[in-house]
Amino acid sequence: MGFYQQTGAISLMSARSLPRRLGASCVIVVGIAGVVGVLVSILAMATGLIQIANRSAHPDRAVVMSTGTDYETLSNLSRDAVRIIADARGVRRDANNRPLASAEVLVLVHLPLRAGGSGNLTLRGVSANAFALRPELHVVAGRMFNPMLRELIVGRTAQRQFRDLQVGRRLLVRGAEWTVVGVFEGHGDQHESEMMTGVEVLQSTFQRNAFQSVTVQLDSEASFADFRASLAGNPALAIEALRESDYYLRQSRAFTRLLTLVAYLVGGIMAIGAIFGALNTMDAAVSARSVEIATSRVLGFEPGAIVTSVFAEAVGLAALGAGLGGALAWLLFSGHAINTSGGGFTQLSVPVVVDARLVGVGILWACVIGMVGASLPALRAIRAPLASALKAT
Amino acid sequence: MKFIPLIWAGLWRKRTRTIFTLLSIVVAFILFGVLQGVATWLNGFGAGSHTNRLYVVSRISEIQPLPSGYLSHITRVAGVRQVAQVAALVGSYQQPTNTVVVLATDPRALFALYPEWRVAPQQLQALTRTRTGVIVGARVARLYGWRVGDVIPIRTSVLKNDGTTNWSFQVVGIYDSPDQPSEEDRMIANYEYIDEARHFERGTVFAFVVGIDDPSSATRICAAIDARFANSADETLTQDEKEYIQGQIRQLGDVGSLLNAIVGAVFFTLLFLTGNTLTQSVRERIPELAVLKAIGFADGSVTLLVLTEAALLCSAAALIGLLAAAALFPATAALGIAGTTLPAKVYAIGLLIAVGLALMSGLPPAWRAHRLQVVEALAGR
Amino acid sequence: MTAVVSLQKVAKHYVRGTQRVEVLQRLDLEVGSGEFLALMGPSGSGKTTLLNLIGGIDRADQGSVMVAGEALDKLGSRALARWRAAHVGFVFQFYNLMPMLSAYQNVELPLLLTNLTKAQRATNVRAALALVDMSERQAHRPAELSGGQQQRVAIARALVADPTLLVCDEPTGDLDRTMASQTLDLLEMVNRELGTTIVMVTHDPLAADRASRRLHLDKGRLCAAAAELAA
Repeated sequence: MGFYQQTGAISLMSARSLPRRLGASCVIVVGIAGVVGVLVSILAMATGLIQIANRSAHPDRAVVMSTGTDYETLSNLSRDAVRIIADARGVRRDANNRPLASAEVLVLVHLPLRAGGSGNLTLRGVSANAFALRPELHVVAGRMFNPMLRELIVGRTAQRQFRDLQVGRRLLVRGAEWTVVGVFEGHGDQHESEMMTGVEVLQSTFQRNAFQSVTVQLDSEASFADFRASLAGNPALAIEALRESDYYLRQSRAFTRLLTLVAYLVGGIMAIGAIFGALNTMDAAVSARSVEIATSRVLGFEPGAIVTSVFAEAVGLAALGAGLGGALAWLLFSGHAINTSGGGFTQLSVPVVVDARLVGVGILWACVIGMVGASLPALRAIRAPLASALKAT
Repeated sequence: MKFIPLIWAGLWRKRTRTIFTLLSIVVAFILFGVLQGVATWLNGFGAGSHTNRLYVVSRISEIQPLPSGYLSHITRVAGVRQVAQVAALVGSYQQPTNTVVVLATDPRALFALYPEWRVAPQQLQALTRTRTGVIVGARVARLYGWRVGDVIPIRTSVLKNDGTTNWSFQVVGIYDSPDQPSEEDRMIANYEYIDEARHFERGTVFAFVVGIDDPSSATRICAAIDARFANSADETLTQDEKEYIQGQIRQLGDVGSLLNAIVGAVFFTLLFLTGNTLTQSVRERIPELAVLKAIGFADGSVTLLVLTEAALLCSAAALIGLLAAAALFPATAALGIAGTTLPAKVYAIGLLIAVGLALMSGLPPAWRAHRLQVVEALAGR
Repeated sequence: MTAVVSLQKVAKHYVRGTQRVEVLQRLDLEVGSGEFLALMGPSGSGKTTLLNLIGGIDRADQGSVMVAGEALDKLGSRALARWRAAHVGFVFQFYNLMPMLSAYQNVELPLLLTNLTKAQRATNVRAALALVDMSERQAHRPAELSGGQQQRVAIARALVADPTLLVCDEPTGDLDRTMASQTLDLLEMVNRELGTTIVMVTHDPLAADRASRRLHLDKGRLCAAAAELAA
């Protein structure tokens, strides 16, 4: 018999004896399901964050804020600064030769969440050209707000997260009544978690004289360097320009890194525990089959085939566990959003994305755990002295 | 107890199996210890809080400014002893990653409100006399090597009237907070200086800290302050210190439930492992248990034997795991968690879980041992 | 001679699948104090079941079982366990020693159920080990002892609590001729010197020869040993 046939024959023998060892085999499956489930779930959150960042990002757009801060809310730009930015080189202009730039102000509004408790929701005041600048956003219910009035539109995700944001509802913000006149969508990017209104009416309500950021559409991706140089030429302006993609990545970077760290740390520790469980199971499996295995060896089966069959059993059970864990993670969490401030100021709705890549990572881990768990017992199986192994214990 | 050798012998029947199971449990408890430690630390925020301090912020959102003029109104509310206005400057020292927080306030009032922060009276005097002065927390002073007399430049995103964002302060004192060392990371400066020098948001603060005479009247005073500014352009939200801190923690959202879910998953899978090990172990020892019964051990005694083995295994492993977690816990400081010791509560919960684990995984085999009929067992040989 | 064992009209059956098997059929048996009784018979004859009833590890369906002055059929399982600890010593075919305990600890086992102090237990254990000539190897585990040695330790364990009755199930079944002979010497000595009553199940005629009385069991019924049993 060739090597593969031998391995197959032995594996078949052991598979048939598996029902007797059901309890011990469950240990590997359940243990690894736990590891993979937890790992995949946490990584899925990080994936969701990155996904939002990527979807919100356009490399041919730039965001300008004052230096020294990662967050728009801490930034301050004067009117003069805003004008200089909009007139800088590299900024695309529309049909009327007006720069495609939107000077914006954010306020955070504390509103009740559907899930209970309350959270911070961003109300973004935008300039006239904001929607020309962001063609991916469109109003899907109700209508666009009138920038002269206290009207606002709500992003689809925000509406799902917070209570009482239907079209027609009124909100009391800073002693004044605002009306929700529409709902907008934008391919799942960050703006969908916000509300928008006219920047001037927001400024007057909150008695702000300044802006917090300017978003511009560049002529092309490559124009960014030119744009930045043009601004740098004005050192009195303490401002910083970033590509929109970099801007979003920077915001979520800390939290994404934390999530990934936690995922691998927790997953790693659980994996160590699972390895001991696997060692236990395979040890028991090999013991239970010691007579079979010894007989095989006497009959002339290669030790390599025996070792491979032990590994195969472990990896098979492990893969089963990984599938179970991944499926559980997908069933329980996929499509849901975890609400957290993520250490920042606004409430983020982080979608949990269980994709094929994550499942692959899970299966990889499972295989490693299974292999390590099978290693010692497999060696034991082929090194046990034949004579004593043949006697029933 | 004289039965210890017997119990010990039962555990080590299959050395490798016991060791692997033990290690698995140890690992699970290490994870539990660290995660639970983090969770307890989060929940414990505000545990040592002073219930005679209230915080007034904007009802719209915490970072919405309030008019500084509210100060006199708040002071006039019955039961209020002292009020301090607080504005904040967030910036960096030398490198953008060295974040510092400057609290612009009335220093005398603030230190009166925080008696647990100690500062020398002459230094406090110096701050009121020096407009650009600052009293820094001991921890941040140690971190950057600041001493009294140093002039420190801080870069912020807050624009000054001169068009720059560079602020500089003179260190006139150092405060420490022995009870809560994590609070020694602020810088206390004069509100007047900062408010005059900044370009935007003048005349505003982000919070008022209110000291009251009688903690039991906290709820009434909170309501009274909020009522005072209801229906104005800047409504307030007044909370006692514990609620305020907890509110900020709650913004982290589902972290608590996430941690619990992970711990739950870990122990559930562990249950399978220990249950399986103990069941296997008992199954292998059926003839021996039968002999014990033949010799004259009562059914109950044999059951107790099995349960004690389970309890011994689980609690020994739990203890080792928790001790290891305690050793590893200080490493969480890297993630920004300021605890250095594992809270006692974690040990208590851990041992409780160990007992639960022992019972749940030990009961089925113990029951099997109980119902074991000597005759059948011996005949099965 | 007082009867240590007195069975009257004892019956026992087992259910195997759907079949009901009558193992013992209204048996009567008396064993006097100091007797060395051998129970013989083909396999399935019920001799082990009978032994189990005498030893108090099984219950009869019908009839009365009086052993060492106690009506076993009237005792609850806890009381039965206590009774066994005080009155019976067991010797099994496969020794049934605890593999993780030393010879000493194995012998000590029955004494853990008493109120003796550690010192008192030690005295008794050492005496028992000396009796079976295993004092030198008291620290060894069963795996380090030969079959004959293990059986000797088992006998010491059976004797250490000074039982009224020794119940042996094929004590020489797993031993070679030499070791079997040594074991039987030991049992004879115990019976003679200590006056311990012994009830032994065996199918080895050489073992049966050592006994003072032989009974034959066939299909659940007792009869005196066949006059001439071919050796």
